[in-house]
Amino acid sequence: MANYNTMELMICTAARELEDGASVGVGTGAPCAAAMLAQKTKSPNLVILFEAGGAAPLIPEMPISVGDSRTTWKALMASSMAEIMETACRGQLDYTFLGGAQIDMYGNLNSTRIGTDHQKPKVRFPGSGGANDFGSFCWRMMVMTPQDPKRFAEKCSYITTPGWLEGGDSRAKSGLPLGAGPYKIITNMAVMDFEPTSKRMRIIAVNPGYSEKDVQDNCGFELLKASKIVENQGPTEMELSILRDKIDPYRYVIGR
Amino acid sequence: MDVIEQGVGRIFTDPDADKAREFFRHKSRALVSKLTTVKEAVEKLVKDGDYVSIGGFGVNRIPAAVLHEIVRQGKKNLGLAGHTATHDFQILSAGKCFNKVDAAYIIGLEARGLSPNARQYMESGEVEVSEWTNYTLAVRYKAACAGVSFHPIRNMMGTDTFKYSGAKKVKCPFTGTNYALVPALYSDVAVIHVHEADMYGNCRTKGILMSDYDIARSSKKLIVTCERLITNDEIRRDPTSTFIPYWCVDAMIEVPYGSYPGNMYAEYFSDEEHLREWLKVEKDPEEFKAFLDKNIYCVKDHFEYIERNGGIAKMNKLRQKEWLFVGARA
Repeated sequence: MANYNTMELMICTAARELEDGASVGVGTGAPCAAAMLAQKTKSPNLVILFEAGGAAPLIPEMPISVGDSRTTWKALMASSMAEIMETACRGQLDYTFLGGAQIDMYGNLNSTRIGTDHQKPKVRFPGSGGANDFGSFCWRMMVMTPQDPKRFAEKCSYITTPGWLEGGDSRAKSGLPLGAGPYKIITNMAVMDFEPTSKRMRIIAVNPGYSEKDVQDNCGFELLKASKIVENQGPTEMELSILRDKIDPYRYVIGR
Repeated sequence: MDVIEQGVGRIFTDPDADKAREFFRHKSRALVSKLTTVKEAVEKLVKDGDYVSIGGFGVNRIPAAVLHEIVRQGKKNLGLAGHTATHDFQILSAGKCFNKVDAAYIIGLEARGLSPNARQYMESGEVEVSEWTNYTLAVRYKAACAGVSFHPIRNMMGTDTFKYSGAKKVKCPFTGTNYALVPALYSDVAVIHVHEADMYGNCRTKGILMSDYDIARSSKKLIVTCERLITNDEIRRDPTSTFIPYWCVDAMIEVPYGSYPGNMYAEYFSDEEHLREWLKVEKDPEEFKAFLDKNIYCVKDHFEYIERNGGIAKMNKLRQKEWLFVGARA
């Protein structure tokens, strides 16, 4: 096995998706590390926005909150929640990274509860936060998550954030803004996208050391397969050294 | 506009704009000193059963001194806007002060993890919950500010977040597109911490505003704490910097380090050590009780709380950490 861990691989894979000149709405942790890595490698003009109001900072070290002072360090603007979200509402926010306790084959996400009694849930999670907002309005929603059959569930106990809803044109019919939706799912084993007509999750790349069977065995629903599945490239030495030395020297994220 | 679909979540506050206008008609516009103490402000302005909104962002620029006082005075049955709520939610959960929550973000402390006690409280069935999102709660305040009873949005539709909210789905009369309407949120009382203010309640802050501009204006009563009192002359010298005008404010208290253990932009960073300890002691009921006695119940005020957690030496370190001075990292 190569000299990197799962988290480092996912962050490097995610960072490559963020092209120069694009905008991305991020939370703390791995998404922020991916955006910082993109900015320090191929996308110096990546616009990073934080939902609490921080706009285009030159982040000096990993923020611990999406509203802490690091999110406005040498920023272009210190604004508000409504300002950042409305940037997404208008269509000026390209990417976001979200996560959750469960994800289904259409990329719908659960970050609210497990169980059926809403007023007395078996397990309560934080809820939407800004996830439903970013997931509805950002053009391309991505997910970075470790893969196992419980998390990749046949059916979410609760849909907090919309993916492609029930697939096909159901998302467009619901009233959600046209053209936005789940784009790529990045896991420790593979990269998935969504088949354009059915909107079902589809394997497009497998990570070094894993097979298509590993990916399917660790998923609670049937995955579609792209006509050509490539092997995903592991992190380069340069990506790893920037990530380890400049972005997360205290291993808050990559040490998990 | 016909309602196509609606959520089952209860709407805890009255969105009626005319009733709110009638209230605001009689709210004093007199330019008088609002200076008081945290204790007195909470005694007079926070009533059991009130709906409360909290400024800042969970652990950034939060009115910690007032939140502790609400717990200390044993306020009960509050309604709470769980809008970006993290450590503020954790504090009020410790006192079981609320039994109704509009949930956008609750029980978590972002990258720090989830609060075991707040989570248990939300799983106990003691708290009634309606679901929203950070943006939709933000626009519910905006609607209230504008004196209208709802705001249209384009998200939530198609999800359980809509189903368990109080939103209603309608067709746009101009384009025929589906929209969700969310009701205006007029709080009974809001609490906000700012950088500077004068004794009348004219406020300035630095850094991000989160939703405080709208929370301040949409709440019927407003308690503000500030890092520093400044003169009214200074406010008038630079009116561009005023973000809350005095006629919104009912109580003003100078509380230096008032956001501690939270972060205060360009002043001091969050006390991560103390926040870690808080999360840890919650796992053991005995330890948690002793911790709350030490830090809230057997404490006179915010200054004593700070004294018990490292005092001015700790504050000095957090100031250096805010500015990323070499050696200030924990």
